[in-house]
Amino acid sequence: MNDFLGVLLLLITAVGLTVIILLLTVYLGPKRTNPVKELQFETGNRPSPGSARERFPVHFYLVAILFVVFDIEIAFLYPWAVNFRKLGLFGLVEMGVFILILTTGWYYILKRGVLKWR
Amino acid sequence: MELILFLIIGLTVIGAGMMVILTKNPVTSALYLTLAFFGLAALYVLLGAPFIAALQVMVYAGAIMVLFLFIVMLLNLRDKQTWELTTGMRRALGLVVAAGILLVALAAMKGLVSPPAPLDTDMGSPAAVGLALYRRFLLPFEVASVLLLIAIIGVVAMLKQKSPEQAPEGGGTDGRT
Amino acid sequence: MTFTPEIINLIISVGFALSVVAFVAVFVLIAIWLERKISAHMQDRLGPMETGGWHGWLQTIADALKLLLKEDIIPQAADRPLFKLAPFIVFTGTMASFAVIPFGAHLIGSDLNIGVYYLVAVSSLVVIGILMAGWSSNNKWALYGAMRSAAQMVSYEIPIGLSLLVPIMLIGSMSMETLTNAQAGGFWKWTLFSHPPFAIIAFIIYFWASLAETNRTPFDIPEAESELVAGYHVEYSAMRFAMFFLSEYANMFVVSSVATALFLGGWYAPFRFLDVPIEVGVIWHNLAGLAWFSLKAILLVCIQMWLRWTLPRLRVDQLMHICWKIFLPFSFANVLLVSLWIVLK
Repeated sequence: MNDFLGVLLLLITAVGLTVIILLLTVYLGPKRTNPVKELQFETGNRPSPGSARERFPVHFYLVAILFVVFDIEIAFLYPWAVNFRKLGLFGLVEMGVFILILTTGWYYILKRGVLKWR
Repeated sequence: MELILFLIIGLTVIGAGMMVILTKNPVTSALYLTLAFFGLAALYVLLGAPFIAALQVMVYAGAIMVLFLFIVMLLNLRDKQTWELTTGMRRALGLVVAAGILLVALAAMKGLVSPPAPLDTDMGSPAAVGLALYRRFLLPFEVASVLLLIAIIGVVAMLKQKSPEQAPEGGGTDGRT
Repeated sequence: MTFTPEIINLIISVGFALSVVAFVAVFVLIAIWLERKISAHMQDRLGPMETGGWHGWLQTIADALKLLLKEDIIPQAADRPLFKLAPFIVFTGTMASFAVIPFGAHLIGSDLNIGVYYLVAVSSLVVIGILMAGWSSNNKWALYGAMRSAAQMVSYEIPIGLSLLVPIMLIGSMSMETLTNAQAGGFWKWTLFSHPPFAIIAFIIYFWASLAETNRTPFDIPEAESELVAGYHVEYSAMRFAMFFLSEYANMFVVSSVATALFLGGWYAPFRFLDVPIEVGVIWHNLAGLAWFSLKAILLVCIQMWLRWTLPRLRVDQLMHICWKIFLPFSFANVLLVSLWIVLK
């Protein structure tokens, strides 16, 4: 737990620096606001109609869930890699089975062509 | 010192958890959930299990949160959109579910009245967690891969409602995304 | 007042945190100047020449001062709390990685036994900050940029995570210090060269994927200036914008120093006689380590810059193709081959 003291202090320092910099810019910068300046910036034109809160293609969702799946897999791989020498061939076989099952899923995605980003 | 830290972090987690259900804006609510996840990670660090803490940050605060935020984007939620959750029937249902969860939690805590025996200090190290996972809990680990496989197939099934040739180019974004 | 070991430890930790932040600030100032000079010379221009006299070395500092004095504009339609919070999350998320980077023999913030795992975990924080920035701006281009950034960064986190596994398996630890110490004694002992071809494949995949992770060319569609104005930070002005810029360059240093620590021998010199032994003095030993480490990391940063001004931008479909159909199977095969090799040995 004491190891994390350094992490905590670094985070506090980073937040502190950001606070100082942003306070400086807020107080030093001029304040000449007008309604046009406060519009969204779209290459200098009047903002195009419609909200920015548009619906996004479902492909982003696909990427996110694939990320979750493979991220969890990586989360499993790290403790395995550290203990690999202790586990030996047994470890290789069990992780081989794990990766094989997920590779099947990956191959299925590939063959169904869902990863084709259009 | 440890108690003070525990109280601060614990209260933060509870507060963030409350804000998740109290805020109307879905993105703000998701970010309070991230705060709650980080608080939980900090509690794991306090318990001497930094590996589990990193796991919590990586899987929940990282992966699951990105998934949530993408879903919010996918759902076309306007700024002021809220759900009608105020009918009496739904409130009653909510109360029943909440009471059920409370009961389960209390039942789980029943055995913990006396402080449990102190665990091995090395309990949360990557080596210890790895050995436990890959020797004692081998079957659950392999079953997890099947669960992940089901998740992959589920996504494909969901996307394949329309064939890729006919599917419209996203939900009205002109394919610019 | 007595100085118990705890208080001394606390003072050292505070000093380290402050010096890391100062180091990053100075590095970013130099790196931005360097990038402008490198890009200029690659295009047969001179780049900044006036400010400060010698080759315009004061240019970035002048730019920083200018940004400090600019008006801070928050668009009317923006979600103000989230808009203000986003730079904090992006910058803090980037800085969090520095806690486990071994700059020298004793120059490490905290040598966590989960070192590399911690790095992989905190790198996802930046994604959340970027999504927040894009969403809260309430600007279509900012949101597209943020979604592209996030999709790209999370995709490439998978090959990064897998390629960092290779040194961990070869050495058998996740602590950054142990990983570096195992590479002592000349460049042929560095992970990159001691275990060909696995480490070389892992290093190449890591380096390419880290370009995507830092949103740099050829993976810079999130900031495609010709179509998306500037990306997720288009609505940010003054120092609020500078925080994103700062994080981007700091992140370049993070990925380069992780590559240095895991593959390129960390703070060890390429030949044993170039290392300053600890007997000469702890301070000299650490300073020499810091110099070697920074040299290697900055060399990698320069390669990133070189690539940026050489390669064209990839399309989204090419980007996803490279990640999910080339990097992913190759890194999985690499991990399995390494384990097979270790078992057979």
